[in-house]
Amino acid sequence: MSAQIIQPIAPRPAPVKSDGMVAWIRANLFGDLGTTLGTLTIGAILLWIVPSLVQWLFVNAVWVKNYEACHAAAGACWGVIGEKYRIIIFGRFPFDEQARPLVATVLLMGLLVLSCMRLAWKPWLPALWVVVLGIFFTLMRGGVFGLSYVETSLWGGLPLTLLLASLSMTMAFPIALLIALGRRSHLPAIRSLCTVYVELIRGVPLISVLFMASFMFPLLMPHGFNIDVLIRVLAGITLFAAAYMAEVIRGGLQAVPKGQIEAAATLGLSYWQTQRKIVLPQALAMVVPGIMNNFISTFKDTSLVTIVSMYELTGSMGMALNSDANWRPYKIEGYLFIALIYFIFCFSMSRYSRWIEKQVNKSKQR
Amino acid sequence: MSEHIITFDKVNKWYGNSFHVLRDIDLQVKTGERIVVCGPSGSGKSTLIRCINRLEEHQQGHLWVDGVELTDDVKAIDDVRKKVGMVFQQFNLFPHLTVLENLTLSPMWVGKMPKKEAEEKAMEQLKRVRIAEQAGKYPLQLSGGQQQRVAIARALCLKPKIMLFDEPTSALDPEMIKEVLDVMIEMASQGITMLCVTHEMGFAKAVADRVIFMDQGQIVEQNNPHDFFNNPQSERSRDFLSKILGH
Repeated sequence: MSAQIIQPIAPRPAPVKSDGMVAWIRANLFGDLGTTLGTLTIGAILLWIVPSLVQWLFVNAVWVKNYEACHAAAGACWGVIGEKYRIIIFGRFPFDEQARPLVATVLLMGLLVLSCMRLAWKPWLPALWVVVLGIFFTLMRGGVFGLSYVETSLWGGLPLTLLLASLSMTMAFPIALLIALGRRSHLPAIRSLCTVYVELIRGVPLISVLFMASFMFPLLMPHGFNIDVLIRVLAGITLFAAAYMAEVIRGGLQAVPKGQIEAAATLGLSYWQTQRKIVLPQALAMVVPGIMNNFISTFKDTSLVTIVSMYELTGSMGMALNSDANWRPYKIEGYLFIALIYFIFCFSMSRYSRWIEKQVNKSKQR
Repeated sequence: MSEHIITFDKVNKWYGNSFHVLRDIDLQVKTGERIVVCGPSGSGKSTLIRCINRLEEHQQGHLWVDGVELTDDVKAIDDVRKKVGMVFQQFNLFPHLTVLENLTLSPMWVGKMPKKEAEEKAMEQLKRVRIAEQAGKYPLQLSGGQQQRVAIARALCLKPKIMLFDEPTSALDPEMIKEVLDVMIEMASQGITMLCVTHEMGFAKAVADRVIFMDQGQIVEQNNPHDFFNNPQSERSRDFLSKILGH
C-alpha cells in the first residue's frame, strides 16, 4: 500500500442547531410512541389540576380583609395574610414596637446578602458581622437608648428564623471543619473524641437536642445561674448542624489525593499550613453542594424551635391564626404564605451554591 | 562521613507485619553524585528514596541525610525536608493554584520570603525549565510534560542540596518524556545530588555516576552505568535488563 499524503483540514465551527421550537417540540415531546403517550398523560393531568388550582388560588379568591366574605367564597382567603401578616412575620413582639424587628431584619438580611458577594470577602467582614449583630440585638432586646426591654421569649417570626439560621450556620461551619480534621487526626484521643461527638449527635433527633437545651440544661445548672433560652437553643442547633456538616467535609478531605499532602510535606509545609493552603481549599470545593444541603436543611430545621415555645416563622404563623377564631380556618393560606418565604430563601441559597461552585472550579476549566 | 551526604546503615522497613520491603540497606551517596535506581516493580526502589525525606519511615537501622539522623524528631525531619526536593510520578502539583502560586507557596509560607521576591525567583526557575510563559495558568491546563517541568521548578525553588525523582517520566506520553529528561540532564550538570528512580536507561547512561539495581527489597547490584549495562553481574539484573532493553 502506498503512503497517502493527507491534506490538512482547517478547523471549522461546530454546526449550529437552528431547528426552531416546532422541531424541538416534535423531537422531544412527540419523538416516538412512548414520549407521545407520556406527553399526553402529563398534559391531561395538568389540564385537570391547573384550572381548578387557578380557580382556587386567584379567580374565586378573596383579597379583602373580611372573614365573612372568606366564609362565603369558594376560593382561597388571602385576606388572612393582609390581616395577620405582622404577627406572622414578627410573632409576639410588642405590636407597637414592630418597627424595631423590621429594621433589625432588614439589616441582617443586608449583611447576609453582602457576605455572599465577592467584594465583601475582606478582612473587615467579621467586624461588620459583630457590628450588625450588635445593632440587631440592641434593637430586638431594647433596654437602652430609650427602647423598651423585650425579653427573648417574645422574639419571633422571621427575625428569629433568620437569626437562628444565620448564626448557627456561621458557627457550625468552623466547628465542623475542626471535627472533620479531628476525625482524621493521627492522635487517637482527638480522633475518638470527634467520632463520639458526631455519632452521639447524629444518633438523636434535633427535637431531643432542643428539649435538652431548653428544659434539661437549666436543671443541671446551679441555682440562680441561667443562660438565656435563645442562646441555649442556638447552641443546640449549632452543635447539631456541625455534626452533619463535619461528615460532609470529611468526605471532601478523603477525596484529596494523598500525593497532595506528600507534595506539601516535601515542600516543608506544616500540618496547619498544609490543611489551610492545600487540603481544605480542594476538599471544600468538592463538597459545596453537600454543605449547601446542610445550610438549607438547617434553615428549615429552625422551625422545630416552636417545640420549646419559641415562635419563629412557622410557630408565629400557627399562633397568629389559632388565637383568632374568625381566621383560624385559613391555615392553608397561612402555610402557603410562609412556604413562599421559606422557598425564596432556600432557592436563593441553592442558586448561590451554583455560583460558588463555578467560582471554585475555575481552575478546572480549560 | 562528611563526604557522604546520604548514608543508609542496615535500614529495614516493613509494610504491615509481613511485607519486608527494605532489607538491610547499606548505601552511601557522595555529595554531587547522580544515582539511578532501577528494578522490577515492588522491589522497594520508591520506598528507598521516599525514606530519604521521611515520606516513609524506616523501622530499623540508621539513616543520615546531610549530617542529620532521621528519627521521630519532627525538627530533624523539617530540617532534612528543607534540603531535599522531590518530583513525583503523578506530578502532584496543586490544582487549585496557578503555576506561579505553586512555586511561590513554600518560599512565602515556609521561607517567609516577600511575595515579590518569591515571584521573581519562581520566574527564574520557570525560565530554567523553559515554561515561563505558562506562569498564570492552572496545572490542569498544561500537558503532562509541562506539568512535570513545573513540578521540577517547584522543587528547585527551595534550593535543595538533594533532588529525588520518583519515576518522573512514567506517567508521560512518549512525546513528552524527552522535554522532561532534557531538563533533568541540565540539572545534573549543575552539581546537585540526584537520586532518580527510572527505567529510562538512556538517561542513566547519559548522566548517572552509579546505577543501583534493586530486587525484593535488597540492593542486588551497583555499578557505573557502562559496566552495569554491558556486563551485569547477577542473574537477576541480566534478566531485568533483557526485559527492558530486549525489544
